[in-house]
Amino acid sequence: MIHFVLLISRQGKVRLTKWYSAYSQKERTKVIRELSGLILTRGPKLCNFVEWRGLRVVYKRYASLYFCMCIDEDDNELEILEIIHHYVEVLDRYFGSVCELDLIYNFHKAYFILDELLIAGELQEPSKRTVARLVAAQDSLVETAKEQTSSITNIIAQAANV
Amino acid sequence: MNPFSSGTRLRDMIRAIRSCKTAAEERAVVRKECAAIRAAISENDQDYRHRNLAKLMFIHMLGYPTHFGQMECLKLIASSGFPEKRIGYLGLMLLLDERQEVLMLVTNSLKQDLNHSNQYIIGLALCALGNICSAEMARDLAPEVERLLQFRDPNIRKKAALCSIRIIKKVPDLAENFINPAASLLREKHHGVLITGVQLCTDLCKVSSEALEYFREKCTEGLIKTLKDMANSPYAPEYDIAGITDPFLHIRLLKLLRILGQGDADASDCMNDILAQVATKIESNKNAGNAILYECVGTIMSIEDNGGLRVLAINILGRFLSNRDNNIRYVALNMLMKAITVDAQAVQRHRATILECVKDSDASIRKKALDLVYLLVNESNVKPLTKELIESLEASDQEFKGVLTAKICSLVEKFSPEKIWYIDQMLKVLSEAGNFVKDEVWHALIVVISNASDLHGYSVRALYRAFQTSTEQETLVRVAVWCIGEYGDMLVNNVGMLDIEEPITVTESDAVDALEVSIKRLNSDLTTKAMALIALLKLSSRFPSCSERIKDIILQNKRSFVLELQQRSIEFNCILQKHQNIRSALVERMPVLDEATFSGRRAGSLPTSVSTSTGTARNLPNGIAKPAAAPVADLLDLSSDDAPAPNSSGGDFLQDLLGVDLSPASAPPGTSQPPKAGTDVLLDLLSIGTSPPAQSSSSASNILSSIQDDKTSLVNLNGLASLTSLSPNATSASPAPMMDLLDGFGPSPQKKEENGPAYPSLVAYESSTLRMTFNISKQPGNPQTTLIQAIFTNLSPNVYNDFLFQAAVPKFLQLHLDPASSNTLPASGNGSIIQSMKVTNSQHGKKSLVMRIRIAYKINSKDVLEEGQVSNFPRDL
Repeated sequence: MIHFVLLISRQGKVRLTKWYSAYSQKERTKVIRELSGLILTRGPKLCNFVEWRGLRVVYKRYASLYFCMCIDEDDNELEILEIIHHYVEVLDRYFGSVCELDLIYNFHKAYFILDELLIAGELQEPSKRTVARLVAAQDSLVETAKEQTSSITNIIAQAANV
Repeated sequence: MNPFSSGTRLRDMIRAIRSCKTAAEERAVVRKECAAIRAAISENDQDYRHRNLAKLMFIHMLGYPTHFGQMECLKLIASSGFPEKRIGYLGLMLLLDERQEVLMLVTNSLKQDLNHSNQYIIGLALCALGNICSAEMARDLAPEVERLLQFRDPNIRKKAALCSIRIIKKVPDLAENFINPAASLLREKHHGVLITGVQLCTDLCKVSSEALEYFREKCTEGLIKTLKDMANSPYAPEYDIAGITDPFLHIRLLKLLRILGQGDADASDCMNDILAQVATKIESNKNAGNAILYECVGTIMSIEDNGGLRVLAINILGRFLSNRDNNIRYVALNMLMKAITVDAQAVQRHRATILECVKDSDASIRKKALDLVYLLVNESNVKPLTKELIESLEASDQEFKGVLTAKICSLVEKFSPEKIWYIDQMLKVLSEAGNFVKDEVWHALIVVISNASDLHGYSVRALYRAFQTSTEQETLVRVAVWCIGEYGDMLVNNVGMLDIEEPITVTESDAVDALEVSIKRLNSDLTTKAMALIALLKLSSRFPSCSERIKDIILQNKRSFVLELQQRSIEFNCILQKHQNIRSALVERMPVLDEATFSGRRAGSLPTSVSTSTGTARNLPNGIAKPAAAPVADLLDLSSDDAPAPNSSGGDFLQDLLGVDLSPASAPPGTSQPPKAGTDVLLDLLSIGTSPPAQSSSSASNILSSIQDDKTSLVNLNGLASLTSLSPNATSASPAPMMDLLDGFGPSPQKKEENGPAYPSLVAYESSTLRMTFNISKQPGNPQTTLIQAIFTNLSPNVYNDFLFQAAVPKFLQLHLDPASSNTLPASGNGSIIQSMKVTNSQHGKKSLVMRIRIAYKINSKDVLEEGQVSNFPRDL
């Protein structure tokens, strides 16, 4: 299973963290610091796996962002690379050639997409189209709700003006 | 709107934070925002609650404390709208972890949302539950999740399936409720549901053997058919990755098949064809294809043997190993580690390539390759492999040197065919990476050198040479200093020259020079300096011509700021000046250090057994006892008859003198009575300032452990070393009081059967999961000591790992625990662990034995602890 997902920028800034195993807040900070030191210093041609505390961290760099997933010893590292790529492709489709700034300003969207992709540290959906469809459906639910509130506010405002 | 509530939108806040140029500026912005959010929380502001929580999440990611927002998540989750709930659940997953009490408060909202009419809200609740639920929540909400496994919308079914995985991991007892619904998920066509269903079945098999049996019987064929259909399916754009339909599903199916096939020949047989098909047909030019091949190889290696498939799998790994992509090479090494237990021969064929990987520029690959080489070494190939490893030691970086050194030392100890080779290899390691060598390793080297009487001269000369070239390796200096002190005369006189050696001319003052250098080295630590002082003292009698100079060097430490050195310097000076008559006796060569005791100490000082250390303290090597004056003389190897036999006070003095045991940690605990012989202290000399040897020492050497308690070989050893005249043979013939002193020595097993009174074996402890049986015997002629062989049997269907038996006895008893035969106890009584112990009853005849026991082990990496008391010993023990 995937124990956690981290998105770290090349400068070591955290862009997304998702924890599927129990780590206290203190441990989380420590883990992030340790792994940034371990991963960001690795050269470009090296393999994408790092052994860490008896677990294995699979990472892949996309532009300025490192996508890291921590897995058990007996999980399939190559498959995790595919899962990372799967996630990146869905993000790319959703934002339209995604960049780090998209993920900073719309970090909650990145989380929503991840939640449609992974639950309990396991892959949930192999089809990118289905993920995109589900996220879009929920987004439109939010939009409708917003419109409703704003129309109600308008009605109240008009009534108050009269 | 209140004046404190910040009107900034999320986007504005992020922009403000990003535009900060210094950390202090950023902190100020965050502080201001947090203050505004706190104000809004205390005002119970509803309109901006979800915006505030979104801000808090961002602030949380930057690493600032956000606990004050936790209750806001719960409020948002409890509100009715989808947007609020969506942000609320996200906050819940991000700001809280399963160990926080607050989480319990959300159980009720979750239950309502799991029954909501809007499927997206159900989805949110399932997602949150799957990601952070605790055991209590899992128990409370399992029925809802179980019901949702049959929900009409497939997207909810798949979420419920993954949620179930979390539930059964938290509460394995619930597994049986999920077996049937999980099996029905396997018949689905929707890939999302199928993939999660397969995953759920895999995890069910891991926690429940009942589930494993069920799926093996009912689902194996269906799964094989699904895999077959997929492998043969035409192009499916929705699931296609690099020309392969849904590699994720492929991999999960292969993983589940592996579990079903493991240990079951029939199931394994069924899947042979499809595995062969996958292994030959999948394209290996893209990562996705390789991921499937890798999984397929893993499955072939794990299921029951089929020769043809194994060859296919090993060939795939061979291809992986020669791949240019580092990732592929890494997984190949990883899989070869697993394959080695199945087919070591096939893995050996790739040895050359693997050795190349030890020198790779990638640290991950180096480490993996080294682990693999470590497993590959055996008696026949240890020499070339060690040579290669030592060569790569020269080229490796600092970080890797430590790991590599530990591995080489362990290999050399374990497989060395002869002592001279062992000494040579250790010397190379010490001069190359001496600073990384652990204390117990160089202690072991000294013990081996001490035992190899024909190699004393050779060793000291080789060490002297190495010392001249690499003085910066601390442990090399220590071993060299020790050897020069002991065998300095052999160094100077070229005693015991071997044919392979080049002659070397070392004068007496050269040897003293070397010691002086090691005392004056800036980076020498206390232990080295202390050892060098002792060595100088020893040389003072061996090289009379240098004794004045030696005195000078010793005196230079009289004003040392380190108390230990100062005291030594003064005491040694005193010996040199005032006690000429006993000096030569004091500084005689060390008696041969007993290997069995040393390896026993290494094994015994594992933190695993409470009482071992007290036992070993009395485990007198070579059966030397203090009360008799003559044995002390033997101890000091007074082969020359003219030496005066030192009286016992001299012996005590010797102990004080040599007591370099700087750290209290390594002092033998529980020595309320004074140590009975100088040997003990001499052994302690070897553990100068060490922390107790690390756990790893259980991988103790063959050379060192070959003797163990086996008396016959011990006799051989003594014959070989011939330094101690008082052999155990002689002592075992002596009268009973002598035996008491020697209770460290178990007589040979045959004797035990002949002479010892017979006792029936007794069930000392039994629970529903574990039985412990004691076989009791007595040492002949020693009624106080009882030998107990404890046999543990597992009564449960689970394997126990990290099995650890501990025992405690009242003060009138002394307990010595030997290492256990294994730390893994097979399930259902299919084997047992045997552990011997020895109890000495000082109140023999008055009180009978009693023992409190504690047994710890792990089932599926969960700790289990059993405790009990054994009071049903026969009365006369």
